[in-house]
Amino acid sequence: MAPSNSNSSSIPKYFLLTGLFLLVIGMFYGVLGGFQYLIQGFLKSWLSFDKVRPLHVSSVVFWIILGASGSALTYMQEHTGKGLRWPVLAYAQFVVFVVSIFAILFSYVFGMFGGREYWEFNPWFALPITIGWIMFVINFIASIGSLRNQPVYVWQWLTGVVFFLFTFLESYLWIIPYFRDNVINDMTVQWKAYGSMVGAWNMLIYGCSMFLLTKISGDQSIAHSRMAFALYFTGLFNLMFNWGHHIYTLPTHDFIKHVSYIVSMTELAILGRILWLWRSSLREARKHLHFTPYRLVVAADLWVLLTLALAIVMSVPAINVYTHGTHVTVAHTMGATIGINSFLLLAFVADILTRGGQVPFVSERLFRRGLLLANGSLLIFWISLIVAGILKARWQVMETRTAFSLMMLQLRPVFIVFTLSGIVLMTGLCMVVYSLFRNYTSTFSSDKLS
Amino acid sequence: MTEFNKVLIATSLTTAFLCYSFYLYSSLPVHETAFTTTMDRGKDLWQEHNCTACHQVYGLGGFLGPDLTNVYTQRGPEYITAFLRNGNLTMPAYHMNDQDIQAMLAYLKHIDQSGISDPRSFKTNYDGTIEQQQ
Ligand code: HEC
Ligand code: HEM
Repeated sequence: MAPSNSNSSSIPKYFLLTGLFLLVIGMFYGVLGGFQYLIQGFLKSWLSFDKVRPLHVSSVVFWIILGASGSALTYMQEHTGKGLRWPVLAYAQFVVFVVSIFAILFSYVFGMFGGREYWEFNPWFALPITIGWIMFVINFIASIGSLRNQPVYVWQWLTGVVFFLFTFLESYLWIIPYFRDNVINDMTVQWKAYGSMVGAWNMLIYGCSMFLLTKISGDQSIAHSRMAFALYFTGLFNLMFNWGHHIYTLPTHDFIKHVSYIVSMTELAILGRILWLWRSSLREARKHLHFTPYRLVVAADLWVLLTLALAIVMSVPAINVYTHGTHVTVAHTMGATIGINSFLLLAFVADILTRGGQVPFVSERLFRRGLLLANGSLLIFWISLIVAGILKARWQVMETRTAFSLMMLQLRPVFIVFTLSGIVLMTGLCMVVYSLFRNYTSTFSSDKLS
Repeated sequence: MTEFNKVLIATSLTTAFLCYSFYLYSSLPVHETAFTTTMDRGKDLWQEHNCTACHQVYGLGGFLGPDLTNVYTQRGPEYITAFLRNGNLTMPAYHMNDQDIQAMLAYLKHIDQSGISDPRSFKTNYDGTIEQQQ
């Protein structure tokens, strides 16, 4: 296992800690949202769903963004064996992000919006976020140095940082009347940007995951292999061209839909490979299970399989036409952002805080129990959303629909399961986060002593 | 895979992506659009009140409330106005003035006229594609 070097800047740790904090408050708002599904008018007068949803979604999206950039910055330094080119720039980026993020969350509490789904904040806030990200791009590229003969994870990181910037800016084209003046044009560009943006942060995360696996196995050749690059290029191809599957029912260009249908199906190759290698992956996984952070990677592998299978099914227009506009979409989104993104990010944080196993893992039992609880409840959470979605899909195609409110009432038992499993999920993840925090404080105090 | 091949693939994909993006920007799906300032104000209000948190347009948005793509023809302006003024158990009452109500209605009408989101209006084909039946 590569030792972390003494040159490396510790600023990325602040990214990770702030990210963890956002994850916890984000989940809290998620549970509030669950209660608003169950109790009509719950907290309506001061924190109605129009505030709770963006508070939930933005907090967790910022957890993913801070977690991914913090992990990539740390691992990149481990990879190069050098520190950051400009630590002060990373510090500036951190300050800009934190100030903007908390200002955004406060603005939601006061009911100040003006953006669109996922970025509901006033568009002026996009400016500091863009500036912070540009600092990140500059620092990242300058710190890597030479781009020659780099392993696949460096390609993935670079793709992630550059494409996030591109798609974030693209998602603000709506400010220009040319794009804004028709709802179809506007939504086409919006979902083009959003579809690729998720691909961009996934690149950052998968890059870190590749780095971690290389480090654990001690075999650098994996990250230079043909297969690793073939999978990376398939991912990149999908990031660029599969976004049309979000808008199959939008009356936009047909070619967008055909391109994305065909491109999305190339993911079958990835799915097939996972299934094909299932047994050997399991054998490999058993070898490393004693390394606690690795358990999260194994859990994430399961979620890659489930999410990818669901995503492929939903990318067939003839199926998507039914699942679209239902909680099947939410199952997919939360399944991916929790089961894959959050689990992997937590694995990186665990690895980084325990210096790749060099220092003993504090509160290991709490961590393992929390993970078990989170994983089990996530499965119930995910299935309940799919069931809710299928029931709503049936309602949507009824010849004469019953009232919307009646349909929602019929889904109530499912929403009860959803909210209860959401509470258990939050509990499990909070146990994991708490144990990570304990690890942080213990390494922090031992650092001070030495 | 040689370094040259990697760079070649990455460059080709990026070029294709940029061409695809800029082609799309230059030939957006709808050319003619009579988007008035009233509609534009309605769109601002839609965003400022975050209607998307609870409602969908073409199936995209939050799911606590119904899809509003074609609510204008389905329910008519009076019904919508009543909802905006009074809200319901879940939806806040928006104390909008008449001008803002008109703007909101104009925007909802613009959305309504842009197409139909109802899944029942689609025919599925054996190759997995869908077609909207007029
Ligand atoms: C906190 C959630 C929430 C927010 C925010 C919200 N709504 Fe609603 N809205 C609902 C719910 C729930 C219904 C009720 C559906 C039912 O029971 O039939 C509804 C119903 C409606 C209806 C009637 C739909 C129908 O078919 O009966 C319209 C029109 C409407 N809302 C417009 C808006 C507009 C415009 C905004 C933003 C200014 C908005 N809503 C914001 C939750 C919300
Ligand atoms: C790591 C934790 C979590 C992450 C990353 C996460 C992420 C997300 C995302 C991205 C969305 C938007 C979904 C979409 O637009 O399709 C969402 C919606 C939502 N989430 Fe979570 N979530 C988490 C935990 C929870 C928990 C514990 C609950 C508790 C019940 C919850 C309840 C909700 C609700 C109610 C919505 C809104 C659904 C709607 O649009 O009507 N989430 N979440």
